[in-house]
Amino acid sequence: MCGIAGLYLKNPERYGELGRLFCPMLEEMSDRGPDSAGFAVYRGAEEAAAKITLYDPDPAFDWQALAEAMSADMGVPVSVERLSTHAVLHAKADPAEMRAWLERRDPPLRIMSAGRSLEIFKEIGLPRDVLERFGAAQMSGSHAIGHTRMATESAVTTQGAHPFNTGDDLCLVHNGSLSNHHKVGDWLTRQAGIVFQTENDSEVAAGYLTWRLREGASIAEALEAALSDLDGFYTFAVGTKDGFAVLRDPIACKPAVLAETDDWVAMASEYRSLAGLPGVEKAKVWEPKPATVYSWGAA
Amino acid sequence: MEKLDLAELGLRAVNRRLQGREGAEETAFEVTGLKGEHAVAAGLMSPISVTLKGHVGYYCAGMNKQAEIVIEGNAGVGLAENMMSGTVRVKGDASQSAGATAHGGLLVIDGNASARCGISMKGVDIVVKGSVGHNSAFMAQAGRLVICGDADDGLGDSIYEARIYLKGEARGLGADCVEKEMRAEHLEELAGLLAAAGSDADPKDFRRYGSARQLYNFKVDNVDAY
Repeated sequence: MCGIAGLYLKNPERYGELGRLFCPMLEEMSDRGPDSAGFAVYRGAEEAAAKITLYDPDPAFDWQALAEAMSADMGVPVSVERLSTHAVLHAKADPAEMRAWLERRDPPLRIMSAGRSLEIFKEIGLPRDVLERFGAAQMSGSHAIGHTRMATESAVTTQGAHPFNTGDDLCLVHNGSLSNHHKVGDWLTRQAGIVFQTENDSEVAAGYLTWRLREGASIAEALEAALSDLDGFYTFAVGTKDGFAVLRDPIACKPAVLAETDDWVAMASEYRSLAGLPGVEKAKVWEPKPATVYSWGAA
Repeated sequence: MEKLDLAELGLRAVNRRLQGREGAEETAFEVTGLKGEHAVAAGLMSPISVTLKGHVGYYCAGMNKQAEIVIEGNAGVGLAENMMSGTVRVKGDASQSAGATAHGGLLVIDGNASARCGISMKGVDIVVKGSVGHNSAFMAQAGRLVICGDADDGLGDSIYEARIYLKGEARGLGADCVEKEMRAEHLEELAGLLAAAGSDADPKDFRRYGSARQLYNFKVDNVDAY
């Protein structure tokens, strides 16, 4: 089944409330996906600064030593901020270089996200517990996208939880399942050099969008192309550094509802997820049409 | 009229009350505190009137018998699914599969309905004042679907003996669905449905669609294809 919730704040005066508004949205989707949960938050982008979110199950993992090793190799200061099983590394660097350094490391570390404003946190467990563990309610930022998972095609693991990030600042959550992800994933690995970390079909969708963006498409154009290249059933919610987009497959089996006011755009699997948002009673509420790309910001 | 606050009482208590399982002389109810919960006012069995003041989630008014239910908001997937009799009216929009498999009664949607409205309907009358999504009246067996707006692709795909009245345009008809002549009895039938739904649309502006009956039986000419 799975549940999706996304909140994009149009009014910067509301950035401080992002986590507080977003957490009840995701929690409300708990019975659509109680296995695991994850969320992406876009916050605090700094010009020329990169952020990498990493995961390690070992509570004693020495993140400071990792940051120092990276700093020594790359020749820039690297700071580290620990949140539960995750850590965010910050440096004045290119996110791709930091990612490449981490991919060379042996044993490899699990990279949750890379970019300039994106941070992704995900874990096994009830959505409420996952949100609390990372202090999501206190987070500020411009937009957040989350997912509650009821696993169907791959194991219940932290890595298998959504959102997925495969290129700088892009993240994707997915309700549904793809039927041609092996073929598309193989092609992206061999022909486009996209690196996948899991067997998950949704990661392939994220990789596909990353490849299209790298080829110069806007996120809206990349999603248009996905309509013909990705086979299966899906509702996607996608975040970029300053944009937010939603797409349903042409049959639209999987639910989705959108709401918009002057202050925000919100998307969820069901209306009840949006019911607590300020001003929702006056919001424009509608169901996204099948095979139609909806996007906001610089998407 | 009895007021029920769902936020305070919880879904099960509200439904038990509406279903008359706690002894009911009251015949009119108003439910507040709605936030898109599922299965609100499902399984009602008696001729009571219920006003739901807000948005509801999946399967609202499912299996309804005799009750008259008004939703002052939008409805989620499967509104009035398998309704047997009575009236369900949503003042906003309805999500997918509104009126699915319903056997009788009247379902009125003041706004738009999304995909698969009236899927496998078995005798219900549905009047949509706005437009409907794709594959509406898919495998519809009996009853009438009135659409005052437009219909998306695949209208009436694999339809049996349900009748479709459409005022706007169909983006595409489904397999075995064809336009049919609008005779006097159809104009009269449609006028009755529009009046029951409180619509002032003119029956003369509608076209009728139904089954070409080409999918009913196996054609022996096709035997070589198997």
